[in-house]
Amino acid sequence: MNRVLSSLVAIALIIGASTACAVQPDEIMANPVLESRARELSRELRCMVCQNQSIDDSDAPLARDLRLLVRERIASGESNSQVIEFLVARYGDFVLLRPRLIGVTLLLWFLPPLVLSGGGLALWLNSRRRLRSSDHSSPDPLELSEEEKARLERLIGGPA
Amino acid sequence: MIAEAGHYALVLALALALIQSTVPILGARWRDPALMNVARSTALAQLLFVGLSFAALTTLYITSDFSVANVVENSHSAKPLLYKITGVWGNHEGSMLLWVSILALFGGLVAAFGNNLPLSLRANVLAVQGWIASAFYLFILMTSNPFLRLANPPLEGRDLNPVLQDIGLAIHPPMLYLGYVGFSISFSFAVAALMEGRIDAAWARWVRPWTLVAWVFLTLGIAMGSYWAYYELGWGGWWFWDPVENASLMPWLAGTALLHSAVVMEKRNALKVWTILLAILTFSLSLLGTFLVRSGVLTSVHAFATDPTRGVFILMILCFFIGGSLTLYMWRASALKQGGLFAPISREGALVLNNLFLTTACATVFIGTLYPLALEVITGDKISVGAPFFNLTFGPLFVPLLLAVPFGPLLAWKRGDLAGVAQRLMAAGIAALLATGMVWAWTTGGAALAPLAIGLAVFVIGGAITDIVERISLFRSPFATAMRRACGLPRSTWGTAFAHAGVGVALIGIVCETTWNSEYIGTLKPNDVAKLAGYELKLDDVTQLQGQNFREMLAKFAINRGGEKIGELTPSKRNFTARQSSTTEAALLSRGFSQLYISLGETAADGGIAVRMYHKPMVLLIWFGPILMAFGGVLSLSDRRLRVGAPKPAKVPRALQAAE
Repeated sequence: MNRVLSSLVAIALIIGASTACAVQPDEIMANPVLESRARELSRELRCMVCQNQSIDDSDAPLARDLRLLVRERIASGESNSQVIEFLVARYGDFVLLRPRLIGVTLLLWFLPPLVLSGGGLALWLNSRRRLRSSDHSSPDPLELSEEEKARLERLIGGPA
Repeated sequence: MIAEAGHYALVLALALALIQSTVPILGARWRDPALMNVARSTALAQLLFVGLSFAALTTLYITSDFSVANVVENSHSAKPLLYKITGVWGNHEGSMLLWVSILALFGGLVAAFGNNLPLSLRANVLAVQGWIASAFYLFILMTSNPFLRLANPPLEGRDLNPVLQDIGLAIHPPMLYLGYVGFSISFSFAVAALMEGRIDAAWARWVRPWTLVAWVFLTLGIAMGSYWAYYELGWGGWWFWDPVENASLMPWLAGTALLHSAVVMEKRNALKVWTILLAILTFSLSLLGTFLVRSGVLTSVHAFATDPTRGVFILMILCFFIGGSLTLYMWRASALKQGGLFAPISREGALVLNNLFLTTACATVFIGTLYPLALEVITGDKISVGAPFFNLTFGPLFVPLLLAVPFGPLLAWKRGDLAGVAQRLMAAGIAALLATGMVWAWTTGGAALAPLAIGLAVFVIGGAITDIVERISLFRSPFATAMRRACGLPRSTWGTAFAHAGVGVALIGIVCETTWNSEYIGTLKPNDVAKLAGYELKLDDVTQLQGQNFREMLAKFAINRGGEKIGELTPSKRNFTARQSSTTEAALLSRGFSQLYISLGETAADGGIAVRMYHKPMVLLIWFGPILMAFGGVLSLSDRRLRVGAPKPAKVPRALQAAE
């Protein structure tokens, strides 16, 4: 339950410290390939009685039940997506730590790229506008004016 | 008596903060130096009184005064002295007191060392600090008073949560708060600039060191928290994308962007309006973090303050400061003149790119953290947003950012020569390709992305080295000349190089740990041997020990490699009597930057112990990187320009134009 102490605002007050940690030796599947699939799936599934913890990390009894359930389904020959479909049908989208792309999560998935492209576009427009408007006012913003050139020469002691 | 004195000192601090938040502003408006100087004395007096209040609470903890509710709930007379002291901020009320103490500390520092600030700017900055302080004093006094007495004091306290009885609690929260709260200075400067309606390069020069101080502490605070979680929680994770972690990451990302945009403002007088906005946003995110953690809105294990009155109070503070400052920004920002033109390919351009990616990364964390909350409030749908989401959205943003990092410092201001810089980065690029090739060959069949990520990290480190090498013309001039130049380089240049290299170093650690971590989970009895990543770990024996306020089961492991004994590890499990709870104390063995990690699980009926062991290659680099970054920050902070170069009062007319 307390994996999260991760600390941050450290005052992290964890309710009830835990003792065990996640996957127990007796849960592990004999076949290492299947086991690694089970681990991979476990990391994507939420322990629903914990806060923001995957069933792979959690030591809650529910997480253990889910881990065993996942392994059972894998052992019965289901694919990863079949296992996930089964769990979503049973527990809803809440069980997925990586939300599926559905109506209510469209914004979630598309806002970050929108922020990036929007910001990029704004920067591009802004720099174009400013470079153009400065074209009108001064000959070339990156060139020194005659006055500045004279001052520069004075400062560095003039041409040799 | 001490509790009442502490409480009274806090009330006095509030009164001083209220004066500090009004009188200096009027003084600045009427150009009355006497009124403006009130800011200085009230800020210092406020620091004194809040310091007294904090000292009072600490005394109550050290003397285990169980007539005070807060001490009863979080302390125990048998607790070691260090944890009695750290217990002061290991709870909601005490941590808020630490928060305001640090706020007063920063205000006091501005008052004490701000002699070269224009008088009206200092008055306004301290007044804004006074508003923040008043709000939080009121919050503490009205909803979270740590000095409340109990009518019937118990004989013994309930002890501090055992997970927090660790040296981490002594370091992590104060560091983190120094960072969080330190950004309040940049915020106050930004709001003061908006009130005065003027802002210039000198402003950036005053703001930068404060931002840098806050950033250094926040960097160390986050890294320290991550390492604490890693060794304390017993399963070797170091970052969980927990909302509370995200709450500290957001100000860090925004603060990092602020640090870079302030450079542009200081050197080139450009990006003013944006820098002001970032300064406001950074501290707003700190406030948001405080709200998320303190209000219980996350109902995460962190958010133990589930009392809604507190949540609503902080929400009001949040709305007032964020809403108020952004309104002021919209109203006044257009009055600030834009300056300093630059071509897209220039150092300014690179820093703008840095800001774009960092703010997008920050927005991503923001969206991922708050979206589930908002969705639940609006539609009632419950979704989870966890580590897999962030890895997928946050990670990719750092690829272009890190690719650009080496280019930034090598580009010229105003208009840069991309081809020329690329040429100078040739060596770094070749090193990166070699590293990618070597890692790929060495781990054939493994993950394809990892070697590329290592290459990217090497490129970033190589770029930082190139920057220094180029500046001192290391291979083009005599060695002695180059060394002399190296000594003469501004420290901020060294700071940049160290900080950027730190990013690369941390990336190597992250990639190695996540890709090549090996794990053993099993049940062991004495004399059983587990094999992991070429090491043999033999369980020698299991013993019981009595600690000061806990009982402990120790398992002793002998670590062998190639038949040779290289060390011993003794992970343990502690049972704390007062709270009837236990903690897992993992044992770690460092080999270079890699670590072996053992933690204990349940004991089975037949005497076997569930054990998890990890071999984590290069894992220490994850925290060594941030230390390098912070070191870079400190170097930069000691730069001559920031120590003595701040404009003298003589250059800035003392009687400033009023804020119209």
